[in-house]
Amino acid sequence: MKYVDEFRNGALARRLAAAIVREADKSRMYHIMEFCGGHTHAIFRYGVQDLMPGNVRFVHGPGCPVCVLPIGRIDNAIELAERHSATVCSYGDMMRVPASERRSLLKAKAAGADIRMVYSITDALKIAREHSDREVVFFAIGFETTTPPTAVAILQAKAEGLRNFSVFCNHVLTPAAIQHILQSPEVRALGTVAIDGFLGPSHVSSVIGSRPYEYFAEEFQRPVVIAGFEPLDVMQATLMLIRQLNEGRHEVENEYVRVVTHEGNLKAQALVAEVFELRPSFEWRGLGDVPYSALRIKDAFSEFDAEKRFQVTTRRVRDAKSCECPSILRGAKKPTDCKLFGTVCTPESPIGSCMVSSEGACAAYWSYGRFRQDAGVSGVRTHKEAAE
Amino acid sequence: MCLALPAEIVSLDREKDTAIVSLGGIKKEISIALLEELAVGDFVLVHVGFALHKVSPEEADRTLAMIKESGEDPLEEFAA
Repeated sequence: MKYVDEFRNGALARRLAAAIVREADKSRMYHIMEFCGGHTHAIFRYGVQDLMPGNVRFVHGPGCPVCVLPIGRIDNAIELAERHSATVCSYGDMMRVPASERRSLLKAKAAGADIRMVYSITDALKIAREHSDREVVFFAIGFETTTPPTAVAILQAKAEGLRNFSVFCNHVLTPAAIQHILQSPEVRALGTVAIDGFLGPSHVSSVIGSRPYEYFAEEFQRPVVIAGFEPLDVMQATLMLIRQLNEGRHEVENEYVRVVTHEGNLKAQALVAEVFELRPSFEWRGLGDVPYSALRIKDAFSEFDAEKRFQVTTRRVRDAKSCECPSILRGAKKPTDCKLFGTVCTPESPIGSCMVSSEGACAAYWSYGRFRQDAGVSGVRTHKEAAE
Repeated sequence: MCLALPAEIVSLDREKDTAIVSLGGIKKEISIALLEELAVGDFVLVHVGFALHKVSPEEADRTLAMIKESGEDPLEEFAA
């Protein structure tokens, strides 16, 4: 497929791996946090970590919207279907995420609730048009990529005068979360989580552009390189981060220039600004309350706001006690550090969200890296070493 | 969730703000409400049924060229 296959070329990957081995300073470590689950999966699926020298390590961040949604909000969605008899539409990733009492959207659906998996919010609009006798609620989750489509749908519902459509809004913001990680005591004071630089989100950045990262590259003195999701993108961006760190620079650079511009998609940004406003605070699984990190629907569109329409109140629900998802999402622990990993928690019967979401770090370890001796010390050889 | 794929625009309907795209040969209707100035033959990044951004062919070539410049293939000498 065009713009996909070229960025998976094995010969080019070997060249990049050799360049990284050559340029990485052997006397230091490079801890690179990839924020997006898409990067985590590219790293595992294509064995990118195995191509790195032992002193270049990837730390997995909280960049999976399914993983960071707190349990209480999933309970709310189930309640909308069960107590208010609404038709709840959701993206597929959410269906199996554990809610309270080991329930999930899928189990509630099996028990008779009208919960439907949709590919696009336009499908939810269609269901609302076809079933004017039912309340149709779209369970909106996601970072800056899914937010503009939600804005378009709300504007469309208003223009059409749809009276039975609303959105349960859980849209969250990437820059706020990255900033929160860098400000967390674990990272800043205790130094338990070393992060030297960031692989910046690719698709999120296609909407918001590269500009929003400039503040914290400057403030926290960490380089950010925006990278596409293909293996060559990840490797090229890693090389660019190594070069910046070697030179003592901390700038925002863009590897994914074929899609990401400095200012992003201005039309999408304007639509989002028209429909949404910042929430003063929002709970993230693993990160706790993060100020100004999520969006809510503006009063002008309150008739489409499921939280107001059904007077949703969110309870705080504790995660399963032994589940290490919160630490894994902050990059403080690896999936294999969790005693539930691969024993009681597997993709078939997940305990934590990092295992259920296709973009979660635990799911990546399970699918592609479970048998690998973790490269804590080294344990991996480059192709060059292998050839010798 | 964040799966998005580059797809080629096959036809456009500005009235409805939709387009038909070809994804490796599979045709699909998507929304183009988030983008302006699109033409048949353009590649767009498609996510949850919406085109998020145009894909620049020039920049894609430039990135590949940059990657190729990064060094020699260490296995090339063994391939001969």
